Parts: sequence; structure tokens; C-alpha cells
Amino acid sequence: MVLVSELREMYEDMVTARYYEERLQEEYLEGKQPAFDISAGPIPGELHLAAGQEAAAAGVCRHLRDDDTATAPHRPHHVAIAKGVDLKRMTAEIFGRENGLSSGKGGHMHLFDPDAGFACSGIIAQGCPPAVGAGLAAKKRNEDGVAVAFLGEGAISQGAFLESLNLAAVQRLPVVFVVEDNDWAISMPKGRVTDVADGSQRAAGFDMPGVRVDYDDATAVYDAAREAVGRARAGNGPTLLEVQVHRRMGHFMGDPESYRPEEDVEAAQARDSIERLAEDLRGAGLEDDDLEAIREDARERVDEAIEWAKEQPEPEPDAAHEDVFVNPPSGVTTEEPTHELAGGDD
Amino acid sequence: MAQEERRQVIDRELTMSRAMVEAIAHEMRADDEVFYMGEDVADYGGIFDSTEGLLEEFGRDRVMDVPISETAYLGAAVGAAQEGMRPVAELMFVDFFGVAMDQIYNQMAKNTYMSGGAVNVPMVLTAAVGGTYNDAAQHSQTLYGTFAHLPGMKVVVPSTAYDAKGLMHNAIQDDDPVVYLFHKRLMGIGWMPAPDGPKTPVPEEEYTIPFGSADVKREGDDATVVTLGLHVHRALEAADALAEDGIDAEVIDLRTLVPLDTETIRESVAKTGRLVVVDEDYRSYGVTGEVIASVAEDGLADLEAVERVAVPDVPLPYARPMENEVVPDSDDIESAVRSAYDA
Repeated sequence: MVLVSELREMYEDMVTARYYEERLQEEYLEGKQPAFDISAGPIPGELHLAAGQEAAAAGVCRHLRDDDTATAPHRPHHVAIAKGVDLKRMTAEIFGRENGLSSGKGGHMHLFDPDAGFACSGIIAQGCPPAVGAGLAAKKRNEDGVAVAFLGEGAISQGAFLESLNLAAVQRLPVVFVVEDNDWAISMPKGRVTDVADGSQRAAGFDMPGVRVDYDDATAVYDAAREAVGRARAGNGPTLLEVQVHRRMGHFMGDPESYRPEEDVEAAQARDSIERLAEDLRGAGLEDDDLEAIREDARERVDEAIEWAKEQPEPEPDAAHEDVFVNPPSGVTTEEPTHELAGGDD
Repeated sequence: MAQEERRQVIDRELTMSRAMVEAIAHEMRADDEVFYMGEDVADYGGIFDSTEGLLEEFGRDRVMDVPISETAYLGAAVGAAQEGMRPVAELMFVDFFGVAMDQIYNQMAKNTYMSGGAVNVPMVLTAAVGGTYNDAAQHSQTLYGTFAHLPGMKVVVPSTAYDAKGLMHNAIQDDDPVVYLFHKRLMGIGWMPAPDGPKTPVPEEEYTIPFGSADVKREGDDATVVTLGLHVHRALEAADALAEDGIDAEVIDLRTLVPLDTETIRESVAKTGRLVVVDEDYRSYGVTGEVIASVAEDGLADLEAVERVAVPDVPLPYARPMENEVVPDSDDIESAVRSAYDA
């Protein structure tokens, strides 16, 4: 049984993420017409959108607090939104602005918001070890914080993921690994990169629970995640949770997807996890007007964030030289060390 | 008539990616033991067009898409090479070497030496390098100096289609591990327009370019600009601008870092007296320092002025004004040459 307020929150996260990415797509493509040039336009570089994957993030993050940690991969927006990352500053970062989360240094694949307990990495599966580290810190401090590592199904063949499962298991750490299975690792369908259709079976090799949610149903994800996050928070160790999601677009904006059968794209488009959750909400007594009000509110927040981001100044070129260290080396010093070396005074 | 035909053939221009693929395809036809492994190299044809069309001709057994498991498949290339096969294994972005570096620098690069020459590793590791399109610090590096620093790998960096083809033939035929670093911006990809320059006439037949032969891409008497990859083209642009002011820069394209053609560089410096080294890699402990040191060791007396132009020691930032600040452009090269000239 899921509280209606929880369903509402998930719906809000999902429609926010979906609309946010629709807007980003528009902005990204502006300036890339008629010929697509990746370095042109208001948002340069690669852009990986998560449309179709929102249910996993929304269902899991409902169980997380601000002091819990989530790490995401190169496709991070839906997780960031569900984890409560500052939408305006995240957007400014994606636009490469001075007031972005990372002062314009990171961009869309490298969003860091310590206040929301969120970080991501552009390197496949490399968010897993830091999530294990966040879980380790919570355990060492006798706190009940939980860390969640989000990754794609393409990442489950990567050493960093498998090593992280083992370390989290053997140390009984409060970590949940969430595999968003969108069937495709760029051009490679899951069946060609692993013989194990159910990725959660990887868990068995590490003697940890493995659960698969077979459909991108936010409510089902919510239920599965309640158990996994609860187990972690109670000190009973990690869980591997795989969620079937779908990829509505190319791997990155500009991906021609010529490798992908048209039926597969159509099937992905036909699945609508947002409408599915809307059904659950209607079942719980919400009217269409209520849902529209949530969507309208989300659109307002997103539009406002994008408008704000675009008004922010670009960073000064010289800012590129800052932030390599928090305590920058100031060059050669002739100062004597302040401590005496022990012994050796003959 | 034959000569006329040949002229037509050589007038054929290819993008750098087509030239690379042509060499790979030729080697695959010639030798069944040559095969290609990487992520998105079969159906996709390589994110940066590095394998376009190979699947259609050679099939999945020889053009292998692999899981995102760089340690496993780069290590498998090492193992297959030690069995005498000639794998070409692609790392999609050079920045990803971090997840598989042991197989690269402790296995691929050292097994020949550690076996006292009993084992050799005739493989090619290809990787896309470079920035200029705002992909930030994990997808924009060149890391030229890193691979060149560690012993046991030959390191190739083409700047034109002609060089890319000849160097690829040589790389696959070489009995040692070769790291072949191609710059995304030079490939001629539809969605990442290349500058003028990398698309060149390319002969249809096989030819090799020996490693350790730098190429003087522009002759000049006033200053020697040593560079590689994308920055060959930026240096040539700077040289054109300098020529308007009567400063005649010589532009040397290293083409390989290991081996390094110090002779061509020293001869040029003996003529010009001024050395400017330009690199898209980090400034410290890298290509610029190495080239300058190698000239200074044997030709110190020839050196009247030295300048280096490289990425300052910061990770590559995302936002456009900051990336432009740290990646050297032709203006940076031009002003470095002027400084050397006025010194």
C-alpha cells in the first residue's frame, strides 16, 4: 500500500523530469540547425536524455533523505530531479553558466550537489565505488544513511560495478545498486553483451538479495525500493535492484539510431510509465484536473529554471584556472618543517 | 595513360576516418588473423566513424562489438596478440583508459620486455582523443604524454588522411603494441565538422609511413613549430598569419611520439634557432617538455628562444569560454612564435 502523497510526489518528479528534458532538447537543438554540429548552440557537448527511465529514479528516491547519497551515470537528470538537486543551478550548469552547480566546469554529465547528496560521473559504472564509500562512511559513523548507485544495464559488465557489489556485500554496507535496464548500451542490445537477461541475478554471486522489477512501474519500483533501502538503513547490507525501463531516444542527441529496429523504438514510445502512474493516482481518487495541476506546476518550475539559467553570465575564461585544488600549492617553499624528525640524533 | 590514371587516383580525397578504415580493411583482407574489437564498432560503425562499413564486409566474427568491459577486451587483445593474432582494439574515448590501464601498461606494454623478448604483442590500441566541443574533463583529453611516457608502446598521432592511412598500415604490420590516437575533430564526422586540412588526397594502394619520421608540413626559416594532431592545422593557420608579417615559421608534424624523430626537429632548430612546441595535452611532464629537452641535450647552442603552448595543468572545463581559454588556438601559437621571434 502506497500513500497517495507518495504517489503524487513520484508523479511530480516524473513529469518534471520528462518536461525538463523536452525543454533541454529544444534548447540543445537550437543553434544546431540545419546541420547538427555538436559544439554549436546554447548547450554544447554531448546530451544524454533519460526520457522513459523516470520511474526507476522516482520510485527509489522517494525513500531517500537529503543526507542520503545518490550517484548517477552520464544520463543523470531524472535521478537529480528525484533526489532534489537544485533545478536552477543544475540548469545553469548544463548551459555552462557561472552560477551553475559546478561554475560551468562540469556540464550535464558531471553534476555535483552536495546539499542534495548527489553526484554523477561520465565514466560507465564509476559512480558505484563512491556510493560504496558513502555507505562505508555512514556505517563507520554509526549513522543510518544510505547510498544508492544508479547505473545502466550496459554497466553491469564493468569491473567497477562487480567489485563494488562484492565490497558492499562483504562489508555489509548500506548501499542499493539500481540498474536501469533500457535494453541498449548505445548500439548494443542487452542480449549481445550478457547471457543473463535478468541482471539482478548478478547479486547471487555475492550472496546479496537481487530483485528485478519487470516493468517500468513507479509503484512497483517504490515497493521494491522500500525493502531494499529499508534493509540498508537497518544495517542489513546491500541489495541489487534492476528495473526495466525504456529508451525513448538515441543514446545521445544526434545519435542516428540506424542500428535500432523501428519496432523497438515504437515499442518504447508506446510504453508510458507516466500514464501508468497517473492511472494509479486516478485509482486513488485524484481527478484529471488534479493531475493537470501537478503538470502545470512542474512546467512552471522548469520554465522558470531554464529562464533563470539563461540569464546567468558565462564564466570568465580565467576561471578555468581555479578549483584544481581547494588549497592550491603556492610554489616552492624554503620554510623549515614545523616538526622535528624523531630519533637519529647521534 | 597509366600516369594519368595514377594522378586521378591520387586526386581522390578522403576524410581521415575513411583513410583509416581503408587501411584496416586492406589489412583484414590480407590477413585473416587481423580483427577489430570495441564498443559500438559493428552496427554503429564507431561513434567517430572509425569502423564504418567494416561489419558489412567482414561480419561479426571479425568486427566484434564487445560489452562495456575494457579490462576484459583490451586484455583479450593482449592475449590474442601473444598467440600471434593481430587484433585492433578500440577504446571509444582515450579518457576511458583509466578503467583498464593495467592491461595496457602492465601487460600489453611490458610483456615483451619481461619475457626477455620471448613474447611479443602485435596489437593496435586505437582511441579517440581531443576536445574543442565542450564535452568536459572526462571526454576531452588527449593524454599523448601519458602513453608516450610509459615504456613499451609505440605511439602514433595522425593529422591528415594521407598520414592516417600509411600509419595505420604500419601499426597493424608492426610486431609491437601500437597506440594509435586519432583526434575526433579531424575525422570528418558529419556532426563534428573538421577544419580544412585533414581531408587529403589518398592513394588507393597500400603504403606505409615508417614510425619515427616527422613530417615538415610547412617549411620556414624563422621559427620551428613542433606539434601533432589537431594542432598541426592550428599551427599552419598561425604560420599563414605570421607570414603576412614576414615571419616564416616551419611546422613539423611529429606523427609518432614513440619513436620521436629528434633529428628532424634538431635540423630545423639549427636552421631557425627558435623552438615553439604546441600540444593539446597538459603542459607539465609532457610532450612539450620532452621535445625541448631532447633538443637541448644535443643542440643547446642552436637554441635562441624556446616557447611552449599547451593545456595549463587543469582538467578540461565544460563551458565554452573556459575550454577556449585552456585549449591552445592559432592565436596562442601565433603569439608564442612572435615572442620567440622577438626574444
